[in-house]
Amino acid sequence: MKKNSPIAKLITFTVNGKEFTRYVIQSMLLIDLIRDELGLTGTKTGCLEGECGACSVLLNGAAINSCLFLAINVEGHEITTIEGFSTGEKMDEVQTAMIQNGAVQCGFCSSGMAVSIKSMQTRSRNESRIPTRHEIQKGLEGNLCRCTGYIKIIEAAGEILNK
Amino acid sequence: MSNEKMTEKLKVIGKPQPKIDAGIRITGKAVYGQDIKLPYMLYGAILRSEHPYSGFSIDVSEAKKLEGVVCVITADDVDCNNISYRKDHPILKKGEVNCLRDEIAAVAAESKEIAVQALKLIKVNYKPGHGIYDPFEALKPEARIINKYLKDTGQGKNISHKFLYEHGNLDEEKRKSKEIVSNRFVLPRVTHCCLATSNITADFSPVTKRLTLYSSTQVPFLYQRDMAHALKINPSDIRVVQVVIGGGFGSKLDMYPFEPIAAILSMKTCRPVQIIFDREEEFIASPTRQAMVMDIEAGIDKNGRFTFREANIVIDNGAYTSWGATTPFVMMQTFSSLYHVPACRFESKAVYTNNVYAGSFRGYGNPQATFALESTIDLLAEKLGMSKTEMRLINANFKGETSGQGLTYYTCGHKEALEMVIDKSKNQNSEFGIRNEKRFLFGTGYASMLHVGGGAKIYRSDGCGTRVNLDDYGHLTIITGSTEIGQGSETVLAMLASEELSIPISKIKVINTDTDVKPWDVGVHASRTTFVAGNSLLGAISKLKIKLIKKAAEILQCTIDELIFVNEEIKSEHKNNSVRIEKVVREIHFSQPNELCTENFFYEPSSEFQDKDYKGNVSGAYAFAAQAVKVEVDTYTGNVKVLDVYVAQDVGKVLNPMGLTGQIEGGVLMGVGYGISEELMVENGRILNPNFHNYKMLTASDVPNIHFYPIETNDSQGPYGAKGMAEAPLIPTAAAIANAVADAIQARIYSLPVTPEKILKALKEKNIKHK
Repeated sequence: MKKNSPIAKLITFTVNGKEFTRYVIQSMLLIDLIRDELGLTGTKTGCLEGECGACSVLLNGAAINSCLFLAINVEGHEITTIEGFSTGEKMDEVQTAMIQNGAVQCGFCSSGMAVSIKSMQTRSRNESRIPTRHEIQKGLEGNLCRCTGYIKIIEAAGEILNK
Repeated sequence: MSNEKMTEKLKVIGKPQPKIDAGIRITGKAVYGQDIKLPYMLYGAILRSEHPYSGFSIDVSEAKKLEGVVCVITADDVDCNNISYRKDHPILKKGEVNCLRDEIAAVAAESKEIAVQALKLIKVNYKPGHGIYDPFEALKPEARIINKYLKDTGQGKNISHKFLYEHGNLDEEKRKSKEIVSNRFVLPRVTHCCLATSNITADFSPVTKRLTLYSSTQVPFLYQRDMAHALKINPSDIRVVQVVIGGGFGSKLDMYPFEPIAAILSMKTCRPVQIIFDREEEFIASPTRQAMVMDIEAGIDKNGRFTFREANIVIDNGAYTSWGATTPFVMMQTFSSLYHVPACRFESKAVYTNNVYAGSFRGYGNPQATFALESTIDLLAEKLGMSKTEMRLINANFKGETSGQGLTYYTCGHKEALEMVIDKSKNQNSEFGIRNEKRFLFGTGYASMLHVGGGAKIYRSDGCGTRVNLDDYGHLTIITGSTEIGQGSETVLAMLASEELSIPISKIKVINTDTDVKPWDVGVHASRTTFVAGNSLLGAISKLKIKLIKKAAEILQCTIDELIFVNEEIKSEHKNNSVRIEKVVREIHFSQPNELCTENFFYEPSSEFQDKDYKGNVSGAYAFAAQAVKVEVDTYTGNVKVLDVYVAQDVGKVLNPMGLTGQIEGGVLMGVGYGISEELMVENGRILNPNFHNYKMLTASDVPNIHFYPIETNDSQGPYGAKGMAEAPLIPTAAAIANAVADAIQARIYSLPVTPEKILKALKEKNIKHK
């Protein structure tokens, strides 16, 4: 796609700290931009209908389902995917907490879980308030996991949010 | 050495170890089937039937004309053998469809979008007929034959597989019975809900004539053989590369038509072809747990001892057969051998219908059998007027017992597990009973389970091969036949090796994904990997250690029996001198006669094949567990809240407490879903809820308190005493929930899931009776 057209639009956005300017087809989903155009396959396609949360990414620090979000709407915004969590050798504390708490089994939901926990962490810091266990559970409701029974994920989130 | 002493000395085993593959999975670097992109790759899509039962003719000419479409196939374009162990399943259907999953055409195109568009251009002329959706209808003499491909097995019309098992004198035990109960239990279809949908990337090379399959199979070597049979090619020309698997739970035990379809498209186009299901397709076209109707009669003598059990089971097989039709192997164990019972008769029929077919699912029939049996035990206790816990305790399995079916329990923690959950569930841990409004009722339910814990000798070999290699720098590579599906087998293997050789886990690699590289293994199922692959690894390491110790004894000028492995060194306990393992490896490698530090070992469990009457000690060890569940029932809405699940399980020995509790918690929640929320609803062959919105998988908000108490019986057959454990936590949960609900509302639900509708209905009927 070379220029603005009824179906494509030139947009500028940031992914994992790096600025991109791209022509994007108006009907393209954010998940397809992330996975197919940018090759960031750590974001997973679980259901494409906003039910499972495997495709969660951060939009300006808050978790969204990238399968329900049109790519053109990221213009001027900042996206963080799981690949943006770790810099070089150093992992983000959310990732470390998930590993150390045994919160990762098959791992297919893990990127989305990490994104949701990060989103809660940011919100909790902004509001200077530690969420209760019940609120953590509610905060993870949008992310399905078939392996872990969620307990170790809730524990990892609790560890991060109580810091 | 006593167990206590042995445990004291263990440095790695028994300590919590995060999964060694967690890092790549949590950073987005793991390559799942969805993430594979090969050069010049095409995207495949499958056209499935619009009707559960119909004749049809098909015209693909318009689809072929679409720009970007490279290949379109129908049954007329392929020369394949039928698949499934009954060989009753054509890969592409011709002229007639028998269930909603039926594949009638497939395309390969330059993009996913073009492939989907091409499917819409295929013209199909259907002539729908009256399908048979009830297995009891299919058993009637006037019913038509549903699956025309099954060779006559002599088992009866529309029966894919029949099992008949008996032990003891049923008539005599019936006479001895003080009380007998007889009930029908109905079990739903549920599905795996793997977060990663089914996927395959097939890559045929016209130059080498070899086929590489990037697959999520749980059984790579059986898959290789099945694929070769289907495609009429040589198994050795097929290389199976297992991608990172996004959930298995039994769903990847069979090969399904989409896999050979991708292979055929690749062979025809000489380009890689990828097929990935979307979520709706996953719900419709991946296998389910068996829906079934179970008629159970059981008796008890005046002292509360079980006398007999009789089970008659009709399983909805669906239109084709998968390994799931053999789940009665496991179900009959529960009826014949869970709690001591002098007589048992078990009969099951997997019956063809025009419904979607069932497959294998964690627990393999056992959650169904355990629900029916444990409900029956509660009913017997109520009828005899005996305590439900007491009745379970006096009939519990015991060490040294050989069951009527010939299962021998060299170790058995059944009674201990029961005592543990009975005792612990007395504690007040939660909201149990705190709401004293009349609206809320509280109840406690119990259930046990028995499952294989040392493999299952069903296939001609239940073994696993391992190759270990110590390199010149003291790093170990384990090449194992076994498969990682997220359950943590790589980590447990690395821990075992680390314990044995004193090499840190960071210096151990596990290679397990390529049939061209790894030694044979029957596959990941039957909770067998820790036990079988663990023993196989220990066998290989023990050979490696002999080689190392011989050389070390030369270097240290001492005898071999005084040498131990400690801190990456081989040390003489007497002389107090030592040599680095890596130095020993280099001495072996670089001095005459030159050798590498590599060893192979194949482990076959000591278990036996069952005879034609299904008798024999089929596993190397048996896992036992008991669960107690506390529930709150809202009598206004019928809603069940599972408050606490107490789990005590005989795991032989705790190897990795972190991995173990992960399996327990995941299994229990899957069991809670089976108990209260999950059902794939099917009406006249059509699936009504093929999405996560209407198929109720539980979320983080639904998690009960799970209290886990591992029981260590140190089985001499297991690696460091461990048994298989990963299916077990799911098996008794739904049964215990149903018993807890019955305890709360004083009325019983005879089917799963225990939904608000069923509870309100049961409450209403109870009130009518009392008025």
